[in-house]
Amino acid sequence: MAHEHKLEIFRGLWKFKSNTQKIWGVLAFLSFVTAIEVILGIYKPEILNEHFMGMKLLNWIFIILTIVKAYYITWDFMHMRDEVSAFRRMVVWTGVFLICYLIFILLQEGGYVGDVLNSGFVKHDF
Amino acid sequence: MNTTVVNTGTEEKTWGGGKEPLNASYGKMMMWFFITSDALTFTGFLAAYGFSRFKFAEIWPIADDVFTHVPFIHGNYPMIFVAFMTFILIMSSVTMVLAVDAGHKMNKAKTTVYMFLTVLGGLVFLSSQAWEWNTFIKGDFGAVSTHGGNIIQFVDTDGNRVALKDFAIAQPTERTQHQNKNGLWFADEKPLTSFTYEEVVAGFEANPNILVKTTYSDENGHKTILDRNESLKELKTKGKTVVEGANLTHNEYGPPLFANYFFFITGFHGFHVSIGVLLNIIVFFNVILGTYERRGSYEMVEKVGLYWHFVDLVWVFVFTFFYLV
Repeated sequence: MAHEHKLEIFRGLWKFKSNTQKIWGVLAFLSFVTAIEVILGIYKPEILNEHFMGMKLLNWIFIILTIVKAYYITWDFMHMRDEVSAFRRMVVWTGVFLICYLIFILLQEGGYVGDVLNSGFVKHDF
Repeated sequence: MNTTVVNTGTEEKTWGGGKEPLNASYGKMMMWFFITSDALTFTGFLAAYGFSRFKFAEIWPIADDVFTHVPFIHGNYPMIFVAFMTFILIMSSVTMVLAVDAGHKMNKAKTTVYMFLTVLGGLVFLSSQAWEWNTFIKGDFGAVSTHGGNIIQFVDTDGNRVALKDFAIAQPTERTQHQNKNGLWFADEKPLTSFTYEEVVAGFEANPNILVKTTYSDENGHKTILDRNESLKELKTKGKTVVEGANLTHNEYGPPLFANYFFFITGFHGFHVSIGVLLNIIVFFNVILGTYERRGSYEMVEKVGLYWHFVDLVWVFVFTFFYLV
């Protein structure tokens, strides 16, 4: 197990000769994604201000890119790619399920409370 | 990674222990489970941040208006400094994974160098964060807080922020100093702001080209700027105190909740980074002393590496939800 690394990312589109090379490749990819995020964050193109499913398109892009980064950090830097699938699922599925659940209930509730503050009889600007 | 440190001596018996059905040693597995639970803690914080943000959707500050500073340079540069911090942390993640890789190959010299670079990256990140906190706490332009706790900021006719010190006019005031003998004996006087509310109002009336920027976002996500008459009315009817900088009760950038979450979440993350640096230093010295060389396995580097990558992983999310979204 010690020296076995799966040396390809993007489902085999990008293959590496050694683990060290793969690390630099992943770094290049992560920096690229971060650069896109920063550029979008600075310029905030007007066209991405459209709302889609309750959130700005730009914010959806940020969140998706973040999850992409998280995937490569976990899979390649933390070597999740090389673990036994049962172990991987034990860690990842548990986390992902609970995180989605928590986010759903809290954001749902926050939106509701916000509506009550705005349309109810609570004065908060005086 | 099969080179476990402790063997029970009963490896050949099925139920005798020492088996690794998941091909991961006990220590590594527990590190992963710790990371899962710690990820849920951070999710709790970030989701709570999301809760408050959805609750106060239209008065939440825009990150680009808050984090605009770069050390040694004056001016308005949003995103640049956090991007730098993110890059530092990703870089130190890379040196960490290179150390793990060198450890697998039992290369003591390389592991030492990479561990050292990782510790260095962690320290640079922590200092950057300290600077960021310091700038945030000291504040920038100052603002007026309303009775309801909202924020009124000031801009010129071009929409550029104006600092209180540039227009407030000193007023003769009389105040009694709060001392133990004439007030609450257990309470000290609160620190005074550089200007009083009355001085700001006087300065505002004397400068016809200053307008009020409210805390409310319009449909395009920009904060609304009122015209001169409305500005005067807003400041005089709603204004109460002057706010400079940010702490847990006041925040010149927006609702105090924003500052609270900022301090708490980035602080908790910074605390994780400090612990990570500490662990890395311990492992670094163990590598130098040859502890792992004698043990025949550099797995400890890998375990501490998992934690270090996790800290990077959390930062990726903090970066998105505090600075981008």
